[in-house]
Amino acid sequence: MSHAQVLFARMAEHPTDSHTLVMYEATGGYVQARRAMDMTRDEIVELVKTSGLLGRGGAAFSAGLKWSFLAPARPAYLVVNGDESEPGTFKDRQLLERDPHQMIEGIIIASVANEVREAFIYIRGEYPKPARRVQQAIDEAYAAGYLGKGIFGTDYDLDVTVHLGGGAYICGEETALINSLEGKRGEPRLKPPYFPAAKGLYMMPTIVNNVETVSNLPHIFEMGTDDYRALGHATDTGTFLFSVSGHVKEPGNYELPHGITWRELIFDVAGGMREDRGLKAWIPGGASAPWFVPEHHLDLEITKEATGAAGSMLGSGAVVVMDETTCVVKAAERVVRFFSHESCGQCTPCREGTTWLEMILRRIEAGSGRPIDAELLLDVSDNISPGLTWPPKQTTICPLGPSAVSPITSVAKYFADELRQHIVQGGCPLD
Amino acid sequence: MSLWPADVQERAKELIGRYPDPKSAVMPLLYLAMRQDGYLTEAGMGEVAGWTGHTPAQVQSVATFYGMFKTEPLGQYLVSVCTSISCMLLGGDDVLEAVEEATGVPHGETDAERLFSVEHVECLGACGGAPAVQVNYELIEGSTPDQARALCRWLQDERPEVVNTDDMQERFGGRRSFDWAIAESENAVGPYPAFGPYGTTPGGEV
Ligand SMILES: Cc1cc2nc3c(=O)[nH]c(=O)nc-3n(C[C@H](O)[C@H](O)[C@H](O)COP(=O)(O)O)c2cc1C
Ligand code: SF4
Ligand code: FES
Repeated sequence: MSHAQVLFARMAEHPTDSHTLVMYEATGGYVQARRAMDMTRDEIVELVKTSGLLGRGGAAFSAGLKWSFLAPARPAYLVVNGDESEPGTFKDRQLLERDPHQMIEGIIIASVANEVREAFIYIRGEYPKPARRVQQAIDEAYAAGYLGKGIFGTDYDLDVTVHLGGGAYICGEETALINSLEGKRGEPRLKPPYFPAAKGLYMMPTIVNNVETVSNLPHIFEMGTDDYRALGHATDTGTFLFSVSGHVKEPGNYELPHGITWRELIFDVAGGMREDRGLKAWIPGGASAPWFVPEHHLDLEITKEATGAAGSMLGSGAVVVMDETTCVVKAAERVVRFFSHESCGQCTPCREGTTWLEMILRRIEAGSGRPIDAELLLDVSDNISPGLTWPPKQTTICPLGPSAVSPITSVAKYFADELRQHIVQGGCPLD
Repeated sequence: MSLWPADVQERAKELIGRYPDPKSAVMPLLYLAMRQDGYLTEAGMGEVAGWTGHTPAQVQSVATFYGMFKTEPLGQYLVSVCTSISCMLLGGDDVLEAVEEATGVPHGETDAERLFSVEHVECLGACGGAPAVQVNYELIEGSTPDQARALCRWLQDERPEVVNTDDMQERFGGRRSFDWAIAESENAVGPYPAFGPYGTTPGGEV
């Protein structure tokens, strides 16, 4: 099946030099940033609102609306979130490595819209190569006069600085990221009062946007809001980057409109299952998302609404596909281990609960599960995420804690027998 | 009085100048300190405190929060194997075992000679090229256990002073998350991310 390429278009057409300024400008680059220089804050915010652009970092919040909330105090800061660390997600890496100028042009547009003179790109520490590509592009943009003092010959100054993370997933959460940028431990802040748009970096108004979100901006300007909206599906405007991994024949990042079905994504776009094995389950939107199973979800349309109504989310677009040979206890253990390892430890239910969940899953997997363990898993989960609702109630400082229960509730819902067999047989029934 | 040579001090000043508040430069300076000593020593962290205006206790507290700031001596090669969900599904655990076997170093440890440190890590953002391995944060995607063993043997026998992601990918890797047609010439020198502005690239103290 063919799919519209927008964010991935340049790298698809120019595989050897899509990251260079020469190629970026040869393909229409920086024209839209120049246009933005002549627009007012209100005009740009309105345009981005009208485009329907939703944040691509996981929470899908309207970018234009977020910008409109920016408090009046100055200086204001822009922070681009390139911390990408949720298992299954690797789309920002491709944007950073292969089309960094697209993001930088987006940064210029977002900065002008929000009266920002100093922007930061927070890139996870395990991405030195993407960081080098981005730095090279920034250096080119400075040399061309598109960044730095008096950009594009105007009196507007804009500095952009790359900041490398230190290997902590929690720094992807925007207030943790801000603490990290301030030189502190990357612990999330309470919202309210610390909404970044009001009290962000150095307690000043701050816009935090994801790499993909920002990379969409030049295209919204170029094609206009009608055409941009038409790329998508109802309220899911534009395209969406799916990172598909696991037991499919063709894993990779795919730029797609919303509204195709999971069957099309897994069996057409990603080439179907390896060795033509059966599909057992998939995670539709990153490690935090409750799982889907073929019996119920294969023909569901991939939209935010349909995914939410079915009890999960599209999140950051990471689709992890598991075939029939997958031990769901082990899979759940890996996802829970991640959250347990990455918990910042500020909230007791998250810190203690994730440790417990990991330990119980480990012993079930190792064959020493106890009869009460199935129930215990749900009890502990309920302590972290009261009522086990979807979306979870937030009783912790950030949503990381409640995310850890998604694999547990998924296994309990769809694979209760397999879990029970593990406990009864003292080991994995698939081994 | 700074313990760092003049060129490193210049680099520290430059990094501090990138932020509105010197305290923000703590992470870049911690990487710079790792470049000097191979890991974070008390003295290195003290130095970072002096430059950024944090107390030594604050610097220590920041350093221990983040997994990439290592306060114990490390090997010349830090081999990190992803065993998160997507890599686990495609054999990441077997790759880890192969690395442990080939180096003789269990995960979480460093050998006596300080040649290898081995760790298993959470998702490296390379899930489309699972399983993922990094040597000094330079990525190799789609390795088999045999390739991982060969990688370790190569490091052991050749002891390359620098490692390069494209080179290692070509020799010891397989399927990648996405194509990259350009050969990258940048190299990593030690167990910290190689990034020019941080002075952590070869000859990059300046
Ligand atoms: C635990 C946690 C981890 C997160 N990690 C990331 C991340 O790696 N990248 C990202 O862009 N957003 C991440 N987010 C979402 C950010 O908090 C924030 O909503 C986002 O960066 C805003 O940008 P957007 O509106 O453009 O999506 C994370 C949120 C949480 C709770
Ligand atoms: S929920 Fe977990 S990760 Fe989030 S602030 Fe609380 S302890 Fe930290
Ligand atoms: S799960 Fe291993 S790189 Fe993402």
